[in-house]
Amino acid sequence: MSNVTTLQIYRGDNESGEMVEYQVPRNPGMVVLDAVHKVQSIHSPDLAVRWNCKAGKCGSCSAEVNGKPKLMCMDRLNKYPDDATISIRPMKTFPIVKDLVCDVSWNYEVNKKIPAFKIRKGERKYYQYEADRVQEFRKCIECFLCQNVCHVLREHQLKDEFCGPRFLVRVAGLEMHPLDTEDRSELLKNELGVGLCNITKCCTEVCPESIAITDNAIIPLKERVVDRFFDPLGWIARKLFKKT
Amino acid sequence: MDKYTTLQYDVIIIGAGGSGLRAAIEASRNGAKTAIICKSLLGKAHTVMAEGGVAAALANLDDRDNWKVHFRDTMKGGKYLNHWRMAQLHAQEAPDRVNELEEWGAVFDRTQDGRILQRNFGGHTYPRLAHVGDRTGLELIRTLQDKGVHDGIDVYMEYTVRRILTSEGAVSGCLAYQRETGRFTIFNAKALVIATGGIGQCWDITSNSWEYTADGHALALWAGAQLLDMEFVQFHPTGMVWPPSVRGTLITEGVRGEGGVLKNSEGKRFMFNNVPEMYKGEFADTEEEANEWVKSVVANKIPKVRRPPELLTRDVVARAIRKEVLEGRGSPHGGVFLDIASRRPAAEIIRKLPSMYHQFKELADVDITKEPMEVGPTCHYMMGGVKVDPETQESTLTGLFAAGEVAAGLHGSNRLGGNSLSDLLVFGKRAGEYAAAFAKKMTDYPKVDPDQVNETVKGSKKPFEQTEGENPYSISEDLKKMMQDKVGIVRTESELKEALGELNKLRERANNVKVGGNVQFNPGWHLALDLRNMLDISEVVTKAALVRQESRGAHTREDFPGSDPEWGKVNLIAYLRGDAIEVEKVPLPIVPPELKELLKD
Ligand SMILES: Cc1cc2nc3c(=O)[nH]c(=O)nc-3n(C[C@H](O)[C@H](O)[C@H](O)COP(=O)(O)OP(=O)(O)OC[C@H]3O[C@@H](n4cnc5c(N)ncnc54)[C@H](O)[C@@H]3O)c2cc1C
Ligand code: SF4
Ligand code: SF4
Ligand code: FES
Repeated sequence: MSNVTTLQIYRGDNESGEMVEYQVPRNPGMVVLDAVHKVQSIHSPDLAVRWNCKAGKCGSCSAEVNGKPKLMCMDRLNKYPDDATISIRPMKTFPIVKDLVCDVSWNYEVNKKIPAFKIRKGERKYYQYEADRVQEFRKCIECFLCQNVCHVLREHQLKDEFCGPRFLVRVAGLEMHPLDTEDRSELLKNELGVGLCNITKCCTEVCPESIAITDNAIIPLKERVVDRFFDPLGWIARKLFKKT
Repeated sequence: MDKYTTLQYDVIIIGAGGSGLRAAIEASRNGAKTAIICKSLLGKAHTVMAEGGVAAALANLDDRDNWKVHFRDTMKGGKYLNHWRMAQLHAQEAPDRVNELEEWGAVFDRTQDGRILQRNFGGHTYPRLAHVGDRTGLELIRTLQDKGVHDGIDVYMEYTVRRILTSEGAVSGCLAYQRETGRFTIFNAKALVIATGGIGQCWDITSNSWEYTADGHALALWAGAQLLDMEFVQFHPTGMVWPPSVRGTLITEGVRGEGGVLKNSEGKRFMFNNVPEMYKGEFADTEEEANEWVKSVVANKIPKVRRPPELLTRDVVARAIRKEVLEGRGSPHGGVFLDIASRRPAAEIIRKLPSMYHQFKELADVDITKEPMEVGPTCHYMMGGVKVDPETQESTLTGLFAAGEVAAGLHGSNRLGGNSLSDLLVFGKRAGEYAAAFAKKMTDYPKVDPDQVNETVKGSKKPFEQTEGENPYSISEDLKKMMQDKVGIVRTESELKEALGELNKLRERANNVKVGGNVQFNPGWHLALDLRNMLDISEVVTKAALVRQESRGAHTREDFPGSDPEWGKVNLIAYLRGDAIEVEKVPLPIVPPELKELLKD
């Protein structure tokens, strides 16, 4: 193992910037985020980066490493050839604040549009097999990597029309909750724009929590919208018996 | 002062972890105009990392459980230095707070009959931790966050509070800079709730994130509030030890709750030889008995035998591990072995402990369904903090409230696992409620003193004006190493005194710290400012550790190895006199007779 790693890191803001090269010493088990921290402590204390847990649990450290969207804290250096230069850029879909930090505030605005959980009256018991399905969606750590790769947002920048995979996952978690009684189909169809997703599955590929975003969240939601607007009677029956 | 934006609120909450969010929801519910300020993005606070579960005597698995047993376990775990009233309220109210989360959409793991599942944890007599696999904190924070969003609470993300403003002996708000722009904003408030979490960044090997730079502890101290129990820093027995880049990262106690065992290099389960006097008779004596217990638990039956000694309290297990390593029976990288692979089938391990499985696989190339993990103690939790009134959570400074890890009293000298998440909910709610009530009584906003604002802004910019000076990272690294060496799990007078000397030198270096670049999102500058908190609070911890001449809970003095009944009658408080940090003994609150009765074995 070579004991130095060469990195190229984006330095700059939304208007202008460049890739700057740094070399840092390499320790066993190091991840990309460790290397970025080394750059801060040795070369450039003002290098901006977000992180919190350093264990893949908080979703703060998303970036594009050698062009691949990733959590930097879970990306081991030994996965790259010893002499490789590792390039790190901020996520492309969002405006850059500085260096590796981008402005993800749009996501928080979208979240506000989603009506809260509304618990049904009476009995609160439900079983693990029912919890399982919802828990998959609730694993989301809001890293926004799926938002970053979704072409509807990335290439077409349709942020006003489409909420992105993260929030479809969130809606799925609410709609399939065994105790929830709210109906979000209208919202899904219109404001959240579920129809704009054309099932390319790029989001599923990058999800660090391995949530089957497209198959388990988006497709069932699309079906729900179709049911609701084209088979209203069937929809009412299903809603009443909460068989989803 | 006109240069700065001023925002006005009835109640401002500093911190958006479980306690801050819960406080905000309650304040807002009680009609207060409420805002939250936090250093990170919403949803990324430490609470998101909590794994094992939230403790509440729901008695879903064992109907012998109730608040009285939870109260007793908590007091015993804290070696009776806890504030009895907080321990009582906590045990009584935790079940309601957990059920309420379910009402707000949280999806806990289920029992076979469809109720909230609970797991065993160290120091809890019965299975008591409601959980979601090993990502309970994420569930908790997301539930509260989404609830808060709909309650119309304003959130100021990525703002760091640098000073609590006061006027006429009471709180008048706080001053914060926005990380992105470096600009300062004045938050003028009738009441403030500090919910900033812990101080673990003062140590080298830690499970805590960059946020844990002791901000709330320091802000309260500087503003004139008293701190309590500052000698008690919890080292969690099971942090990762290898590879170096993940040293300190937490391995949930849930691994042991699910049947994992600790072994030394000779393959021996050493915890059997480490049961302290006060827990004698409560834990299994033999491996057979311990295994029998695990078997019952896994089968969802009420165990008829005693639990494995691996589930002793954290202080005990951490010291036992340290001893094994010091006596030459450690693992290759200076820890011991935690083995779940030989105890449970692979599929169950992956199901019950998914993030542990993932964490080891990705970060250490270890498959925990096949091999044991190497583990060692890691700095984890601060029992000490702002001294508060047990009912209202108000500090000794009028209008300043505190909740969560930054507040003290509930856990005494050692916290039980799972008792933090419940603490956040119970006392977060109380803090929000009473802060709102306090604000309601005031007709006008308190005055903001421009001198306080100008002084703090000026002081904060100093690192940019330095022409010569050190990089903040090297000072922070040296501070952590020093605290790890001299104010760690086991302490002695000579080392503590050396530590005070070292802190003075570090402070001098920190006074001349220099940062480059500009005020926009500049982590070097942020750290330069955080250093001031860390240094002051490290000094408080060291001084308190020096004063308490006994070993109790998380505080172990090599030169005073036993617990001393006289020391069992006092807490230590810390406060500022001028610029000097003073530490003083205060008598323990007296436990009423009916509760004392519960503490008898
Ligand atoms: C890995 C890990 C696992 C754990 N597992 C468990 C468990 O299973 N069960 C359990 O009960 N406990 C557990 N704990 C402990 C528990 O998670 C924490 O004690 C608890 O989450 C602290 O919550 P809090 O609300 O007090 O603070 P936090 O969640 O840490 O939130 C602090 C907030 O304050 C903000 N803040 C701090 N300083 C400033 C400032 N200067 N200006 C503005 N904002 C500021 C931060 O941005 C953040 O929003 C665990 C801890 C760790 C590290
Ligand atoms: S599957 Fe849909 S949401 Fe996912 S990336 Fe493709 S278009 Fe976007
Ligand atoms: S769904 Fe997956 S990729 Fe998208 S934000 Fe959540 S964790 Fe990240
Ligand atoms: S730092 Fe939390 S996911 Fe990377």
